[in-house]
Order: sequence, then C-alpha cells, then structure tokens
Amino acid sequence: MQLSKDDLLRAYRIMKTVREFEERLHVEFATGEIPGFVHLYAGEEASAAGFCMHLDGRDKIASNHRGHGHSIAKGCDVHAMMAEIYGRETGLCAGKGGSMHIADLSMGMMGANGIVGGGPPLACGAALAAKKLGTGGVALAFFGDGASNQGTVMESLNLATVWNLPCIFVVENNGYAEATSSKYSVSCDDAADRAGAFNMPGVVVDGHDFFAIHEAGGEAVRRAREDSAPTLIEVKTNRYYGHFEGDAQTYRGKDEVKNLRANRDCLDLFRARVTSADLVEDAELDAIDGEAGDLIEDAVIKAKAASRPAASELLTDVYISY
Amino acid sequence: MARKITYQQAVNEALAQEMARDETVIVMGEDVAGGSGADGEMDAWGGPLGITKGLYSQFGDRVMDTPITESAFIGAAVGAATAGLRPVAELMFVDFMGVCFDQMFNQAAKFRYMFGGKAETPVVVRTMYGAGLRAAAQHSQCLYSIFTHIPGLKVVTPSTPYDAKGLLIQSIRDNDPVIFFEHKTLYTLEGDVPEEAYTIPFGEANVTREGSDVTIVTLGRMVHVAHEAADALSSDGISCEVVDLRTTSPMDTDTIIESVENTGRLVVLDESHPRCSIASDVSALVSQEAFDSLKAPIRMVTAPHVPVPFADNLEDLYIPDAAQLQQAVRTVMGKD
Ligand SMILES: Cc1ncc(C[n+]2csc(CCOP(=O)(O)OP(=O)(O)O)c2C)c(N)n1
Ligand SMILES: [Mg+2]
Repeated sequence: MQLSKDDLLRAYRIMKTVREFEERLHVEFATGEIPGFVHLYAGEEASAAGFCMHLDGRDKIASNHRGHGHSIAKGCDVHAMMAEIYGRETGLCAGKGGSMHIADLSMGMMGANGIVGGGPPLACGAALAAKKLGTGGVALAFFGDGASNQGTVMESLNLATVWNLPCIFVVENNGYAEATSSKYSVSCDDAADRAGAFNMPGVVVDGHDFFAIHEAGGEAVRRAREDSAPTLIEVKTNRYYGHFEGDAQTYRGKDEVKNLRANRDCLDLFRARVTSADLVEDAELDAIDGEAGDLIEDAVIKAKAASRPAASELLTDVYISY
Repeated sequence: MARKITYQQAVNEALAQEMARDETVIVMGEDVAGGSGADGEMDAWGGPLGITKGLYSQFGDRVMDTPITESAFIGAAVGAATAGLRPVAELMFVDFMGVCFDQMFNQAAKFRYMFGGKAETPVVVRTMYGAGLRAAAQHSQCLYSIFTHIPGLKVVTPSTPYDAKGLLIQSIRDNDPVIFFEHKTLYTLEGDVPEEAYTIPFGEANVTREGSDVTIVTLGRMVHVAHEAADALSSDGISCEVVDLRTTSPMDTDTIIESVENTGRLVVLDESHPRCSIASDVSALVSQEAFDSLKAPIRMVTAPHVPVPFADNLEDLYIPDAAQLQQAVRTVMGKD
C-alpha cells in the first residue's frame, strides 16, 4: 500500500507522540503524583498507528488497560488524556475514569478497559450497529496475548463470523500477561492460529515494523468495509516498561529490553527506512520530535495546574442519587 | 506464640501452613507465582501485590499460574473440589466476578443442596476488594452482598491479621464453597497473630468494642473506621459497641440482636452501595427482630449509589469515614 509523504509524517507523529506521552508518564509516575494503575504502551506504538491510520470518523475502536497509544492514534485529545490520568476536571472523562478508563465516544474511542477481554464483545456490537445502520463503519478491538485466552474473546470471534461483522481483532502479543509469558499461557504457537477455527483469516505481523502492520491492517479494514467480514491479526510486539508502573520485572530475561530498544525499536526502524529511501528527511522527523516533546510538556503542565473535580461531581452521571 | 505480622503475611502464612498440612490443598490464579514460561525469575510476583509470593518456592507445582480465563480456572477449581482437591483459587479483584460468576453461583453454590446433600465442594476463592487505591470503577468495588445473597456460598470478610489467618484456615478446611474477601488497604495492617495454625468459626461475630449507647455493626476495613469514630465519640460521653460481622454468610444474627437489645440504637456501617447491601440487610433484620428495643430509627452509613470515581478527592469523599459515622451516631442519640 502506497503511503504519501503526509501519511508518513502523520504516522511518525502519532508514534512519537505516544512515545513521548508514555516516557513522560514513566518519569512523572515515579514522583508519586499520578494516582492508581498506569500501564504504558511504549514499544508498541507501531500497532496503534498502523491500524488507526486506516480508520475514520465512522469507525470505532475498543481498547484495553494499555490504552494510551490506541487513544492517541484514534485522535483523542492529548491534553485531556493527560488531565484524566492526573484525575482532573479537565480530563477526557472529567477525572472520573483515569488511565484505565480513557474514552472519547465522539472520536470513536469506545474506551480503555479494566476488564481483560471486555473490549471484543463491545467491538462486535459496534460492528453490528455499523452494519444495521449502514454507516460504512468498521470496528476494531485491540487486546493482549493474555486476553486472547479469555472466553469473551473466543465468543466474539465466533459471533463475528456467524453474523458477518465488519470487525477486526488485533492481538497485541507483547510476550507477557503481567508476569506470565505467552509461551506458557497461549495454547498454540501463534494466537492467530485460532482464526482458522472461527473461519476467518489469521495473520501474524512484526510489531516493530510499522509498514507490515499498516499493510495487514489495510487489508483487514478493506475486508471489513467491503465484504463485512472479520479478521484476526496478531502483532508480535514488546513493551518497554513493566506490566504497570512499579513492576520490578524480575521475570524478564537480562538485557531483554535493552536489546529491544537498541535493535528493534519501531520508531528507529521507521526513521531508518524512510530516510534511507529518501522519502523523508531526518530534519523533518527531528522537527516532529521537538513538537511532540513540547506538546507533552504543555499537557503535563496544564494537567498539574488543573483543578480536581468539584465535590458535587461525585453524585452526577448516575441515574439515581442516594 | 503471637507476634506482630501484617494482614498480607497472615494470609500467606495461612496458605503455607495449610499446604504443608494437607497435600490436597493447591493454589491457583493469575500470577500467583508469576514468571511461568518466562526467561527470568519464577515466583516473580505472588499476585499484583505479592500476597502469595514465596509459595511457589516452597510448594512447586501445587502453586499454579493460570491463563487469564477466570471462567475456566475458577470453574476448574470448583470441579477439582468435587473430585478430591481443596483448591484455593485467586480471583485477583472481585470486580472480575462478572467473568466467572456462573461457576460460583450456579455451580459451586448449588451442588450440595441440588444433589440432595451428597456433594461437598471444598473450594476457596480469595479475592481483593474495596476502594482506596485510586483503582477506579472496575477495580474498587465491594460486592460481598451479591455473594451473601446466594444460598450455598459462605462469605468471609476479615478485618485484622488475626482474623485473616484464622478465617482463611477455617475456609480451607470447610467443606463448602467459600469466598474470602481481602481488603486491599488492609494488607499492610499489623497485628498480633499466633505462629501456630488456628481456626475461627464461621457465623460468630466479634464484639471488638463494648459499649452501652449505640451498636455499630460493620465489617472489613470499616471496622477500623468504626473504632476511630467510637474513640472520638467516647470523649463526648457516647459509648459505642462495635460488632464486626467477620462472615456475612453465615451471619451471626444473635450477636447483632443481643447488642441492639442492650444499646437500643443501631448504626450500620458498610463500604458498599446502600441498596440491597449488608447495611440494608442488617437494618431489616433488626427492625424485624428487635423493633421494640429501638429507641431511635436505624441509620445506615454507606458509600453513595455511584460507581467508584478515579479522582483522589472524589474517591476520598466516596468512602464512608469516621466523621459521617459520628454524625449518624449523634443523630440516633438525638444530639445533632
Ligand atoms: C478479567 C480480568 N482478569 C484479570 C485482570 C488483571 N489483569 C490486568 S492486565 C492483565 C494482563 C493482560 O495481559 P495482556 O492481555 O497480554 O495485555 P498486556 O498487559 O500485555 O498489554 C491482567 C491479568 C483484569 N484486569 N481483568
Ligand atoms: Mg501481553
């Protein structure tokens, strides 16, 4: 699939913004100012960008607990996301949801999710709605290798085929579910092998390679949009940080992350590829680096300065009060 | 010999002692060891807060990491319990009950009765509950009242390290399905705990403070909030009796009624939502059984009927506190 120069710059900007967002959260979390559980997506950026670049305003995504990258790639406002993670009234969910529940339905982002395997059934529903309403939209569920074992996920794969839903299932296999390796928890070599049992294509892609993901995503989105048919794609990827911030990660091999960062980083590989092919110049990417850094800096400053929700907010947005 | 250990250590010690005593006791759950199939340390986690850490090193493959598939592994624990094992399965957060509830309430809970008294299902499901860790709407609920509603399940809510150890050992030795609620903010609480194994029987509430003016019935983390309020109220000359339910199923109705008969006033303090809660249940019990002893209407102090909010200030407002309880006690004393 041919990518224009604008597309390439957009892809890089998404990935870099996510990277800056996550690297900064890692630093800020350590200061103790960010409450709750925070799961970082650093290392996996090519997946969010590679899929979401095919989606538009008609399309929906369902995310998981590691949802910052998906949200940014689907167009959620970075300032409002940061404020949400700090629990401020300017947050995307008014400070009531936090990192694990970031959502912006107006952008087709149906929500991060605190329940592993919670998203795929919702994506089936969004795909069903698109089909019944004739919007031309598709739905895409991002979930992990750990989630791929969950009953709700298997049931959703079956339902998507039975109902011919315009739905894309993306397993982001980062090798671990918390401290448990996917080599232990997943019964087959590739989670994508299960697709055959549900009568849909199963595709494995290298999660460090934006272009491979973009291509596989393009075909899956086409199949959903034009043929109203589902696809299961497994992205082999890695996370750079712990399961959540504060994880000592003693289950990981020595130098595992160091080697990944040095040799398999999706941003570095992207840069090398587009600059060596003379599609984009280093200076253009450097400019995006600077802008992404400034954007996140500003988002953090504004989030910290914002007010906490008013006490009266405790009792709003629910149907009954007592 | 008693010495001071934490609630977390008490849970771990109960599991270790029962595993050593009885080979049929096994532990399973997501990352209860941690590190399965990975290149680094095995026994890396012991659950997200390290509660079961060290058990794998002592008991090897009797401590089993599971895939994230609660329906299958909680159900497998139930099935194994009917077939000779005494599994202790960990449902990491009780909020995840939605994924596996059928195996607990339609399967485990029903066998003994539905099979004409012939089945025993000695399974324990340990689970974390409660607000206070900024963990938001899907990782902070109480939900014990839902389990309490189901005949056939035993529901345990220890408030101290001593109770955690004794009640967990009782849970493991019990021949019925038990759900064991560990409040996540209590794990670091220290208290005197005997080194040797001991049990605390189910259905025996603990009067943790004697008093003559008002009965406060409560459970779990809220027991400590009740003591804080009772301390403050005693300097105003109000004497509170605190009843820690310890188990909500079976519930020690005798101790509740006896206490209210003595004090003539009841405030129920419950961290969960007000409707169909332990608070409303205890209130109904007392209005039915001890109405004539009441000198004032019963008050309930609960969280509001809203999901648990994320923002720290809102979560702090959400959790019932000693000030709210004091206010309720003053109200039933006619002193507000
Ligand atoms: C139903 C349910 N079970 C367990 C958990 C606890 N939990 C949160 S994330 C996680 C691991 C998820 O692994 P994976 O799906 O591979 O996603 P990753 O974290 O690797 O992105 C677990 C066990 C949960 N939130 N929900
Ligand atoms: Mg994973």
